[in-house]
Amino acid sequence: MTPAADDKHFLKDPVSDRDWARGPADAPVTLVEYADFQCPDCQHSHPVIERVLADHRDRVRFVFRQFPIVSLHPLAQGAALASEAAGRQGRFWEMQRRLMEAEGRIGEAEALRHASELHLDIEQWRRDLADPALSEHIRETKRLGVRSGVNGTPTLFINGVRYEEQTEPVREQELRAAIEEALAAAQPAARE
Amino acid sequence: MAALEVGAKAPDFALEGGVAGSFRLSEAVKRSRFVVLAFYPLAFSPVCTEEMSLFQEILEEFTELGAQVVGISVDSKYAQQAFAESKGITFPLLADFHPKGVVAQQYGVMREDGVAERALFIVDAQMVVRYSFVSELRKNPGADRLLEALEGMQG
Repeated sequence: MTPAADDKHFLKDPVSDRDWARGPADAPVTLVEYADFQCPDCQHSHPVIERVLADHRDRVRFVFRQFPIVSLHPLAQGAALASEAAGRQGRFWEMQRRLMEAEGRIGEAEALRHASELHLDIEQWRRDLADPALSEHIRETKRLGVRSGVNGTPTLFINGVRYEEQTEPVREQELRAAIEEALAAAQPAARE
Repeated sequence: MAALEVGAKAPDFALEGGVAGSFRLSEAVKRSRFVVLAFYPLAFSPVCTEEMSLFQEILEEFTELGAQVVGISVDSKYAQQAFAESKGITFPLLADFHPKGVVAQQYGVMREDGVAERALFIVDAQMVVRYSFVSELRKNPGADRLLEALEGMQG
């Protein structure tokens, strides 16, 4: 038997300007989430992550990456595209929030309604939805995600190391503790 | 009995697998260069679902690396078929049903509680085990190490 020696997994796809990122670029802690809009655990984790982020607004950067599990979730790919296309008009995070909070009601009609409410240029949004470059970007994000040890959703990485609580909705206390630990480790000499 | 190790001769077997019909390992390794055998405890149990769905998502990558993926559990072929249909799994899910778990036994991954371990093997065209990994039962082993192993076997 091959021993399950070192079970740590590291992000192989560094955060770059292709990513959707919120928070200061020089934040001591970067939290990366791989998620699927149709995944209930991702939906339930969304407010938890938002609350933890709100407490560390200046010191944690948040990166959202698409990981639609299309064989299981027929609406996930469309929703991922809808948010990416909104991102091309500078409204990624608003669309991301709306789709995460929609409890799975994320079909074409709902996405279109959100796009209208966000005052997107609908014709442009539709053209972007069909742009092969967007689906290729999602495919590549998933491909590299799998290489980094994303086995399902949501999967989080804190400063590049996989956060090992990934088969259930993220628990607030644990995530908060892990973020605080990373903050402490990143700042041996306190700045404040 | 411990799981077969790298370098061991892979026992040949033929099993039924829902829509896939019958599957014989020695024939499959000739068609693709490698076969990934993914043993899992039971159809429809949560972690297996996630593991098989993950393999489904990146099936193309396995194909590009010359590997055919098959799942194996002690479920009946009807359960496997229902599992495959409900989860959109298109690769074969094989029924190691009668005598129960005989293939899992040959690979050293049958548990005393009546189900297979969550184990992964890569078998090459010479019917040699090239990769062997037994995961914790409740843990999705993922695909990163499998893909890395397959990459190392190219050329």
